[in-house]
Amino acid sequence: MDMKATKKKLGMKERYRALTRDLGWESSYQDKDAIFPYVNYEGIKVHDWDKWEDPFRLTMDAYWKYQAEKERKFYAIIDAHAQNNGHLNITDARYLSALKIFLQAISPGEYAAHKGFARAGREFPGVGTQVACQMQAIDELRHAQTQIHAMSNYNRYYDGFHAFADARDRIWYTSVARSFFDDAMSAGPFEFMIAIGFSFEYVLTNLLFVPFMSGAAYNGDMATVTFGFSAQSDEARHMTLGLECIKFMLEQDPDNLPIVQAWIDKWFWRGFRVLGLVSTMMDYMLPKRVMSWREAWEIYGVENGGALFKDLARYGIRPPKGWDDAEKAIDHMSHQFMLGLYQWSFGTSFHSWIPSDEDMDWLSAKYPDTFDKYYRPRWAHIKKLKAAGTPFKNYGLARLCQCCQLPSVFTEPDDPTLTCHRETVYKGEKYQFCSDGCKDIFDNEPEKYIQSWLPMPALFSELGGDVGAWMNWVSLRDGDDNGDYDGSTDQKHFNEWRGLATSNL
Amino acid sequence: MTVKSMKDYVGVSRDRVENFNGKQLVYVSWDHHLLFASPFLLCLPPETPFAELVSGPLTALVQPDPDAAAVDWSAVEWLKDNAPFTPDFSRSLAANGIGHKDQIRFRTPGLNALLNAA
Ligand SMILES: [Fe+2]
Ligand SMILES: [Fe+2]
Ligand SMILES: [Zn+2]
Repeated sequence: MDMKATKKKLGMKERYRALTRDLGWESSYQDKDAIFPYVNYEGIKVHDWDKWEDPFRLTMDAYWKYQAEKERKFYAIIDAHAQNNGHLNITDARYLSALKIFLQAISPGEYAAHKGFARAGREFPGVGTQVACQMQAIDELRHAQTQIHAMSNYNRYYDGFHAFADARDRIWYTSVARSFFDDAMSAGPFEFMIAIGFSFEYVLTNLLFVPFMSGAAYNGDMATVTFGFSAQSDEARHMTLGLECIKFMLEQDPDNLPIVQAWIDKWFWRGFRVLGLVSTMMDYMLPKRVMSWREAWEIYGVENGGALFKDLARYGIRPPKGWDDAEKAIDHMSHQFMLGLYQWSFGTSFHSWIPSDEDMDWLSAKYPDTFDKYYRPRWAHIKKLKAAGTPFKNYGLARLCQCCQLPSVFTEPDDPTLTCHRETVYKGEKYQFCSDGCKDIFDNEPEKYIQSWLPMPALFSELGGDVGAWMNWVSLRDGDDNGDYDGSTDQKHFNEWRGLATSNL
Repeated sequence: MTVKSMKDYVGVSRDRVENFNGKQLVYVSWDHHLLFASPFLLCLPPETPFAELVSGPLTALVQPDPDAAAVDWSAVEWLKDNAPFTPDFSRSLAANGIGHKDQIRFRTPGLNALLNAA
């Protein structure tokens, strides 16, 4: 039978209602608890799901149209980048190390976020929430795809890009990001929202993406810049969803406050550890630097984060427990981490290098209280070892933290000359940690973290300590993908090709 | 509560000692010598004499540090579980009470070339 179409067009608000809230229904055959079994066990109390407001009022049809338009622009630029030898327009091939780490550790996180939001969209009973999660799930999938596509052109010319999925699953320095997402995905839907929606998207995303995308722009990487622009409008929506979610939980019931606070404490610290990678990219890996890690922290951590927690104080939320320890680590973490990456570079699918004298002067200027005192002498000694023909390689491998899974490169909050040692015994077995923050997280849920798959112990338990077999297993091609940038194939190729493009030789 | 879950949940430790084919993990760290970015991870049979851990892997690993040649192993101060500890060099790790994933630390007061250089 023919339905008469309504002539009148719906307004934005009605349209949103029709395409979100009106899609829901009250179940009559099945009990609500059976349909949404995961929504209660975390202890979060919700009295009225309709109080969930999507400030963007975005409907699926409009969403689809915007995204398709962005996609068309993105791929047009990516094609142009490939056709115009974009791989030669970067400042220097050292820049690619930042990109390789991003592709191996962070892009797979986008995919994990996609899976997590798809699940959260199914597990939350509220229709507004379901739709918002569904859109973010699609966004994150698109982010993973567009990042991989943006960087794939470099894979035709340079080493270390070819096996990012194996690196994500198996290599050691990616496990900080991998375990972050695995932890979130194996938590309940509300904790997932605090972990990814709030902590990652709201508190930390600026520290991750802004420096990284500006780094790409400063270093001539148009492919990555284009991705950044294409994702920007999504991120604004994700940040809003994260903030909306936390306010919703806090407004629904006063009993939610201590649960939410504990999650903020946990996920701030886990996120802060992921940022260890970013600090190193910013201070050491960009041939043309944007700003120091310390400067980025001042803007995006202290100022923005400070304002956010001031705003949340009216709900009784205080800044995360690890905040002061984080502040104490800011002037140290990038140096501590880069020294580690360099001495274990036989096991990294990217190159690292000894900073030049010029680089070191920049670092002293940016870190006047710490660089010359603690870190320059170590680099100077490492340089001496290299000049003597005995380059420094630390085959001792590393103690990994049972929680964040990073090598324990961090020092005592109040003594930068001493490694931070924290341990605990649970059910008769010993566990080691990099910090109080990580130990606290373990002590709260030991049954979860005793199961961590730690890459370095696994080299011994699964491969009998055979480093060559391990390299095959993680798809790292010894002599190509790893080691010092100085003398690498990437360096040789970049200089040759750039020479051909810019001179008549 | 040892994990937030819907029903009783018991995890299985991934790195329990049975998974190391008769060996165990030991972490060793030289206090205030941060040329080495993290404590070393060693995988050794529990029957290894302490003296062998020192003269073998440990001595080799610390070589790149400018203080390495000056270390008098009979005089260093040891810690285990972050408390003072006196190892018996002639006895095994097990007999010294050094268990799987234990952290051993040692101190060499007065030796600090890379810290004093600045
Ligand atoms: Fe994303
Ligand atoms: Fe996002
Ligand atoms: Zn940790």
